[in-house]
Amino acid sequence: MIELKNVSKVFPTAEGQLRALADVSLTIGDGEVYGIVGMSGAGKSTLVRCINLLERPTSGQVVIDGADLCAMSRKELIAQRRSISMIFQQFNLLMQRTCLKNICFPMEIARVKRPEAEKRARELLEVVGLPDKADAYPAQLSGGQKQRIAIARALASDPKILLCDEATSALDPKTTRDILRLVKDINRRLGITVVVITHEMAVVEEICTHVAILDHGRVMETGTVEQVFSNPQTEAGRRLVYPDGVRIDELPTANVIRIAFNGGSSYEPLIASLAIDCGVKVNILGADTRNVNGQAFGTMLLGLPGDRLEAEKAITYIKNQPNVTMEEVRDYHG
Amino acid sequence: MADWIVSFFSIADPKMVKQITYLVNSIPYAIWETLYSTLIATLMAHLIGLPLGILLVTGAQDGVRPLPRPLMQVLNVVVNLLRSVPFLILMVMVMPLSRIILGTTIGTPGILVPLTVAAAPFVARLVESSLREMDRGLIEAAQAMGCSTLQIVWKVMLPESLPSLLSSFTTAFITILGYGAMAGAIGGGGLGAMAMMDGWTQRQKAVLYTAVVVLVILVQIFQSVGSHLSARVDKRVGQKVRKASAGDRNKQTQKDKGMSPPDAM
Repeated sequence: MIELKNVSKVFPTAEGQLRALADVSLTIGDGEVYGIVGMSGAGKSTLVRCINLLERPTSGQVVIDGADLCAMSRKELIAQRRSISMIFQQFNLLMQRTCLKNICFPMEIARVKRPEAEKRARELLEVVGLPDKADAYPAQLSGGQKQRIAIARALASDPKILLCDEATSALDPKTTRDILRLVKDINRRLGITVVVITHEMAVVEEICTHVAILDHGRVMETGTVEQVFSNPQTEAGRRLVYPDGVRIDELPTANVIRIAFNGGSSYEPLIASLAIDCGVKVNILGADTRNVNGQAFGTMLLGLPGDRLEAEKAITYIKNQPNVTMEEVRDYHG
Repeated sequence: MADWIVSFFSIADPKMVKQITYLVNSIPYAIWETLYSTLIATLMAHLIGLPLGILLVTGAQDGVRPLPRPLMQVLNVVVNLLRSVPFLILMVMVMPLSRIILGTTIGTPGILVPLTVAAAPFVARLVESSLREMDRGLIEAAQAMGCSTLQIVWKVMLPESLPSLLSSFTTAFITILGYGAMAGAIGGGGLGAMAMMDGWTQRQKAVLYTAVVVLVILVQIFQSVGSHLSARVDKRVGQKVRKASAGDRNKQTQKDKGMSPPDAM
């Protein structure tokens, strides 16, 4: 279990003190996939670096399984860090080492014998699905492959905790999904606690069980992903869940659906053809979609007409669209 | 061989014959003196400059193991001081030290100490800038994995900066080659002395130009070899498609073994 107790971090800058974290308290249970979301500059990266003390909190405690990291000696801290792995947005692989040697690295520093380390590294290459890349150098890999190698390396020390610092932010949407699936799979199979730092709500939706919303260095709300997503309690939460600024009390109470575009044709024809083909008019309540090379990605909130028959017609129609998934949003109003 | 050259070009001028005879007899030894003094001085300068450069990076306030600020300031001032003294002056100043260490202040051994003292701070700065080029994220990752400071230096900073360090080594070698030639003016040996003493002072133009041309060729050779090596060990860019032949792969693994640093601590 990871407990952050009243963690604050202040950076001295030329213009005075910059408060990156203010009195942050969080409890992350074993085996959870815990998302920490916030806009850029909210203090997410600082927060995750406090968990393994890459950043030492100005005040407060970081307690892992009952042991306070801040009170540890340098040696104890080094030992503790070997049970907390981390993956990064920029992968941070050793560029002059082969993939196999990269995965061996954490074992090397922990003085595992070379044959044993290499055997384990090859197993891990299988786990991340790149068994043929043992002798390749990181420069020869794609971004997604690099992150897989980084994940294999992170697993090499048999960690209890995996910290992901914007681990998918440099990857394309498909690769992002693949990597997230791998992380989720690792969490399920090995029971490793995962802490995910991200600015993308889609990432949280995809893999997290719990989420904390961070804004200006403060934790605004925490809860299960379902709780926070269906009913964000704070302004910061609503800003993240509905980035286009939909005011929640202006929305209709029933018949709200969320549709996700997974790379089909652009979304406008869907709404238009819904009106033309079914004669059903829907209300776009909010949308966070991106058009990538003519393909739509993202989610959209639709308010269906009050008439049940018409609403069902619309639902059936949307369900039959390729590359679109749909779910009903219950208790939309809270 | 001198006779052969003289007869081949049918040179009749007795002064020219003398110079060519002298060149053919002395230039191999002068080249040898230049090379070994440069190499030894470069290695000695790295023996001091490499740890110093590492210290300048790791001990900085944003380094992996910050040292007390006053200590780092003193270190920086010393390095800058040594670098700002012109080499010729420094060489004269260091002579007593040379007498203590090697027992002589003249000839090729006599310039080893001044060369080392002059080049060490330069090497330290080269190493410092090579190490600073490195992506900070790698160090952060190593720290997150629980590396000790020594492990970060041995297993991350040095191997990851190897291409850049090799370039720095080449630069240092060539600079010291130049310094060594200057040392010829105050009694050192080698090509510099040959150009100064036997070429310039005695008005033997053939000797002067030949010594200079040989120096230029040496610099070209070492720069090419250095650049080539640096590019060859670098696994980041310009990866040539490696031949799948077993022999090639063996070479590769042997090289890797040779390059991997000893276990830290």
